[in-house]
Amino acid sequence: MEERIVVDPVTRIEGHLRIEAEIENGTIKDAFSSGTMVRGLENIVLDRDPRDVWAFVGRVCGVCTSTHSLTSVRAVENALGITVPQAAELVRNIMANVLYMHDHVVHFYHLHAFDWVDVLAALKADPDAASDAAKQLSPWRNNSAGYFRSIKERITRLVESGQLGIFANGYWGHPAYRLSPEQNLIAVAHYLDALEWQKDVVKVHAVFGGKNPHPNYLVGGMPCSINLNEANAINAERLAFVRKILLDAQTFVNQVYIPDLLMVADVYKDEWASIGGGVSNYLAYGDFPDNGYSDPDSLKMPRGIILDRDLSRVYPVDAQSPDEIREFIRHSWYKYSQGDAAGLHPWDGETTLNYTGPRPPYRHLDVTDKYSWIKTPRWKDRAMEVGPLSRMLVAYAAGKEPQKTLIDNTLSRLGLSADALFSTLGRTAARGMETKLNADWALEYLDRLVATIPTDPRMANTEKWDPEQWPKQAKGVGLTEAPRGALAHFVVIENNRVKNYQLVVPTTWNASPRDPDGQRSAYEASLIGTPVHDPKQPLEMLRTIHSFDPCLACAVHLYDEKGTFVHQISTF
Amino acid sequence: MEPATLSFYESCLRKGVSRRDFMKFSATMAAMLGLEASGAVRIAKALESKPRVPVVWLHFQECTCCSESFIRCSHPLVADLLFDSISLDYTETLMAAAGEQAETCLHSTIEKYRGHYVLLVEGSVPVDDEAYCCIGGRSAKQILEEAADGALAVVAWGNCACAGCVQAAFPNPTGAKAIRRIIKGKTVVNVQGCPPIADVMAGVIIHLLTFGTLPQLDSLGRPKTFYSRRVHDSCYRRANFDAGLFVKSFDDENARRGYCLYKVGCKGPNTYNSCGIIKWNEGVSYPIQSGHPCIGCSEEGFWDNSPFYRRIPSINAFGIEATADNIGLGIGIATVAGAAAHAVATNIRKKKQIENVDTPS
Repeated sequence: MEERIVVDPVTRIEGHLRIEAEIENGTIKDAFSSGTMVRGLENIVLDRDPRDVWAFVGRVCGVCTSTHSLTSVRAVENALGITVPQAAELVRNIMANVLYMHDHVVHFYHLHAFDWVDVLAALKADPDAASDAAKQLSPWRNNSAGYFRSIKERITRLVESGQLGIFANGYWGHPAYRLSPEQNLIAVAHYLDALEWQKDVVKVHAVFGGKNPHPNYLVGGMPCSINLNEANAINAERLAFVRKILLDAQTFVNQVYIPDLLMVADVYKDEWASIGGGVSNYLAYGDFPDNGYSDPDSLKMPRGIILDRDLSRVYPVDAQSPDEIREFIRHSWYKYSQGDAAGLHPWDGETTLNYTGPRPPYRHLDVTDKYSWIKTPRWKDRAMEVGPLSRMLVAYAAGKEPQKTLIDNTLSRLGLSADALFSTLGRTAARGMETKLNADWALEYLDRLVATIPTDPRMANTEKWDPEQWPKQAKGVGLTEAPRGALAHFVVIENNRVKNYQLVVPTTWNASPRDPDGQRSAYEASLIGTPVHDPKQPLEMLRTIHSFDPCLACAVHLYDEKGTFVHQISTF
Repeated sequence: MEPATLSFYESCLRKGVSRRDFMKFSATMAAMLGLEASGAVRIAKALESKPRVPVVWLHFQECTCCSESFIRCSHPLVADLLFDSISLDYTETLMAAAGEQAETCLHSTIEKYRGHYVLLVEGSVPVDDEAYCCIGGRSAKQILEEAADGALAVVAWGNCACAGCVQAAFPNPTGAKAIRRIIKGKTVVNVQGCPPIADVMAGVIIHLLTFGTLPQLDSLGRPKTFYSRRVHDSCYRRANFDAGLFVKSFDDENARRGYCLYKVGCKGPNTYNSCGIIKWNEGVSYPIQSGHPCIGCSEEGFWDNSPFYRRIPSINAFGIEATADNIGLGIGIATVAGAAAHAVATNIRKKKQIENVDTPS
């Protein structure tokens, strides 16, 4: 017997995602992923000042905030041949480390946790036993029985009020939940601890970027000047403040996030380390330059591709090559001048919105035709997964340290083989592992920043700030590893204006609809074979989808290489 | 022993709000909703017995930066808000339920608490084709109209919901609209910014819950508490402006001294926000303090006032500061003319100095 279920909205994500799945005998047989919102940002940045674009595209996403801005300034600097001073690169790295920590911790506790943690089951917990268990896991300061008792009382009050708020209608009591009451209580307590912690770690962005979400960037460096003799600049006090936050963040990651992740993994590994693998190819552009962004060999997270889960070989990737990355729209609500079967490299990208779906309100999408606002990117016609798992796999296959040792140790601690990485749990674990690395790297970069300041405190290279020094035409690519995966911005500058601007973002790779050959992208492929105990309660589906950390506002955008608008506002 | 959970009325009483003020709040809300006098009594009754105010948070064309900002609030902590003050019955970002179960949360709050729930909206609504933003198979416009109809109060979070933000910048490919263009006959509180400051967001909600009134709004629907001052007027670098000390290019000697960013494009002189007063992330900094000009993110149409690094223009217009401010407000500060009026008129006598005097090094 076949049944189609629709999950829309998929919640605890960024943006608007819809999943339609066919279920047969309690297992997902086929799945369709649809992005249901479009804004058109790439059209909007056309003909603007390239130095402004980081601010526009920063607003692609407020969850992975700052990552699009960083990618944009990299793209423009690449086009104009600007090298940023070392101090600015270190500050950019620290800010990216902070983003990873914030994003991954919030994902684990506030977006993903309810897939594994039964909040109401925590009401049955014995706070003394929870305290004992927590002390076994970690020396975290909030491990007392009194603390767990107060958390339990807080949830009890909420439940007794009859107004469950964000917990209402959850899948509590579902048989797929496996944690003990005490483990559930520990996780709920840390949900609240993490909620309070996350507002602090982003203060590093406020120091260097003035605010968070959406800190400020600058083509050529960073806007925050260094002056050790000035209260108005980055000085010893600001650096000490950043160090304190980074140390606290490292403590939180090591004493709360990682122990909880291992606790959850231990309980669920028998089932979930073999479910949800999906596509078998993995792509990472790499990030965290140790020796300048133009030297890919210096990236702490290495660049490369893994095919068919073969960890003995890493293939190179060239985002600029017209033969490697191409985007398709056979199943997306756009049209190409060359027809729906064509695949275009982002340099030659084109887009015309072409909604052919049902008029809202609708019950089902026609998945045999176009069914999403997300385009379908392919690397040499292959579907690729991007994200924490891809990054860790590429590093692992390349023998890169400290990743390799960390992965080996984690696997051995859980009693799993490397095959277990190709799974829903593998994705969730990879995210935790790289958070730990980011916590360490942030402090390393801060030390290097402090060491750099006495000899070279420059924060911006403004030699080419004036557009009169720019070539008539220039092309650039900015590559980063956003928390959710490989991110590329492509810019064409002509007569000091943006002639074309295109983004190929992580969730576009992962959440896209089928390509013209009918190949599934990562979300759709990963759901096949996922058990569904009760089609009315899509808990297991959410586990796998959330393991990717969907970010739909990023994924959906549109291109128009032929944009010809002339700025109406000219005040000089 | 204390009751497990206080009703909205009880917590008002504890916080020193009188019965009279409480009834006034109910009357205000009733008037906002266009209800008759009996409506006020109904609302008062509802709030007296409702332990936590039911809240619905809708997401349309947005980037979720408003939700992200909201969870960074420090007073109160967001957890305290969620557990003690409001019942956030629907928010796609945080709620446990998904799909049908999530839709059920939305519909049951809208029906059960009709006239009593607070509606918070993040994101703009596309009108060129409603299919540009759909949730659960329904369009943003359909969902918003339904949810706004029975709401006690409507708050627009951030520039998207207040003014369409980046997706409404030229050429506005999807026809993105501010929610007050969709919702008819109801006051919308516009909490501006991209995103709004976390503690401003919390502050608006707490004001509503604690004092039992809507905060006073400016002509653009923004709470005066947080949006009645220009960033320029509350800027700690203002003395540099007045003294003619300007940054001329990023990371130059003057930037390292923290001089005024006016000449590298600061939009502080035509931006109404409390960045310079409350600051960001628990008072750590704000854009100008960290060396970047204000880009004016709490103003309608600020994206089309770019390039961001071009000095805002000076024109000879109004001679009296108060007049200029009023004119600016009246015509909508987003327009360049309005912007220029603010920028210049306040400091008309500084103009010569700005243009002619080289910054001392």
